[in-house]
Amino acid sequence: MKNVYLQSAVVLLLFAAAPFFISSFHITLLTEILILAIFALSLNVLVGYTGMVSLGHAAFFGTGAYSAGIIAQHISANMLITLFGAVLCSIVLAGIIGLFCMKVNGFYFLMLTLAFSQMVYSFVYQSTGWTGGSNGLSGIPSPVLFGWEIPNIVWLFYVIAALFMMLYAGLRIVVGSPFGKVLVGIRENEKRLKSMGYNTYLYKYAAFVISGALGGVSGSLYTYFNGFIAPSDVYWTMSGTVLIMVLIGGSGTMIGPVLGAAMIVILETVIATYTDMWMLILGSIFILFVIFFPSGIYGIWQDIVSRFQKQHIHPEAAKINKERAS
Amino acid sequence: MEVIIAQFINGLSYGMLLFVLTCGLALVFGILGVLNLAHGSLYMIGSYVAYSITTTFTQSFWTALVVAPLVVAVIALIIERTLLRVTYRLGHLSQVLLTFGLAYVFHDLTKLIWGSNVLSIRVPDLLSGSVSLAGQTFPLYRLVIIGVGVVVAAGLWWLQNKTRWGAIIRAGLSDREMIGALGININFVFTAIFVLGGILAGFGGVVASPILGLYPDMEFQTLILALIVLVIGGLGSIAGTFTASVLVGLLETFGRYLFPELSMFLIFGLMAMILVWRPNGLLGKQVVEG
Repeated sequence: MKNVYLQSAVVLLLFAAAPFFISSFHITLLTEILILAIFALSLNVLVGYTGMVSLGHAAFFGTGAYSAGIIAQHISANMLITLFGAVLCSIVLAGIIGLFCMKVNGFYFLMLTLAFSQMVYSFVYQSTGWTGGSNGLSGIPSPVLFGWEIPNIVWLFYVIAALFMMLYAGLRIVVGSPFGKVLVGIRENEKRLKSMGYNTYLYKYAAFVISGALGGVSGSLYTYFNGFIAPSDVYWTMSGTVLIMVLIGGSGTMIGPVLGAAMIVILETVIATYTDMWMLILGSIFILFVIFFPSGIYGIWQDIVSRFQKQHIHPEAAKINKERAS
Repeated sequence: MEVIIAQFINGLSYGMLLFVLTCGLALVFGILGVLNLAHGSLYMIGSYVAYSITTTFTQSFWTALVVAPLVVAVIALIIERTLLRVTYRLGHLSQVLLTFGLAYVFHDLTKLIWGSNVLSIRVPDLLSGSVSLAGQTFPLYRLVIIGVGVVVAAGLWWLQNKTRWGAIIRAGLSDREMIGALGININFVFTAIFVLGGILAGFGGVVASPILGLYPDMEFQTLILALIVLVIGGLGSIAGTFTASVLVGLLETFGRYLFPELSMFLIFGLMAMILVWRPNGLLGKQVVEG
């Protein structure tokens, strides 16, 4: 974290240069990783920063995806309109679900979010007129930006990469702000914050709605990317997969969910060439992480770094580093 | 009037089915504080093992009724001893996530062994008839399920409230360390409870599969239903789970009859309403936080 501007410039340069050096297959893969990374980052606001483990985040992803698709089909394929519509729908949904979910904590929160997302799923599944039911929504026109139809995956990649960088920077500012610190405080000890006079209900509700809105953004990007939406994108295995991404990558950090999304997408692509037992392998890896590496990939990395630095720096600083890693 | 009675009996039997599916989950959650998201998978394994037994080896439903829960019990034993034990020191969230990972693993293993076709188990000949009741004919099997549900509920109530075991369990629920200090092998109690939860899941799998059938993703459907019942009923209360099962069973059946499109929403709506009214469920106590 030495120089944020330098780092962003390097990432920007890498994104800009990527299509010139890697094949279009890998660009497709990279685009999918960025979309799912936004999804994982949005869940991380809840799981990592506020300490509310949701198992129903696919509801927002699916709402974003379906509303973007339906708006593109019936009103306009303009990306600004579809994105705005998708985010609006997700915010409304998160606002309603949040009202109920804020009443409960812990396990009950997990189960309630799960139940609500299944409710969205059964709605998507049953209202065949709008969503195509079990066949999914197909024939979505390709996205248009400022009157210019995005012609191929490379340009779509640029658009999504730009959006990703903006959202990442925005989220970084949010979690670093006093608001974000209050969320972390709620995660650590909600009672104490309450007694300090914070209205934790309002903070949690705000985190829930922000998280839902970002989930909607990633869903709508997924629609542009795929041009097709299946009800399985709203199913609870989707919620599970994104939760696994966050936890494998390292929850409560900014880079963790991105790493998790990248690892899961790459693994899935590699494994799919050998076997279709994808859930078996994902589940086993997840179990290993839960037992042995609870702080995720980023936690492992920090551990290695702090161990390496231990000989060079003051012992007190090493201790602080280690505490931060744990 | 006859229609109402018929729907009532159907709803009651469906509710009892839900109770049999949920009570293992409720027991493990209430006593160990482990929300076992692999409970649906254990149920599914019970169903598929019963399917294999009834179609290949002995063709006997009754053998399946005994053997399948035992197979699931062994799996539960292995899970508790090897994986779950490691996570007790990591906190409740880790256990939820661990069992969630297990659900993924079991999903693919079951697909690998039994394929992804829709299968079914036949109702045994002895129970395949129908009974005339209040001018209506009902399938005997549905009436038997009502009886089974009542027996299981009574058995669990007896175990929890009238036996030494129940006393230990209730004490462990309120203060885990104290009960350990009193010289009771709390590790063994935990294993036993988890295995009992597994047996109930496997038993539920066998009993329910002639009605609900066997298909991929069945474990998730079952798990969601069980979680809803658990949330409505409240933590750590067999009576709550029983009440919630009957309530959900009746609501689902009447809902499906009166408003076919809304049936799924009715249950979720009930759950949302109850949570707003009583955040700990109908008969629940304050939830243990991890």
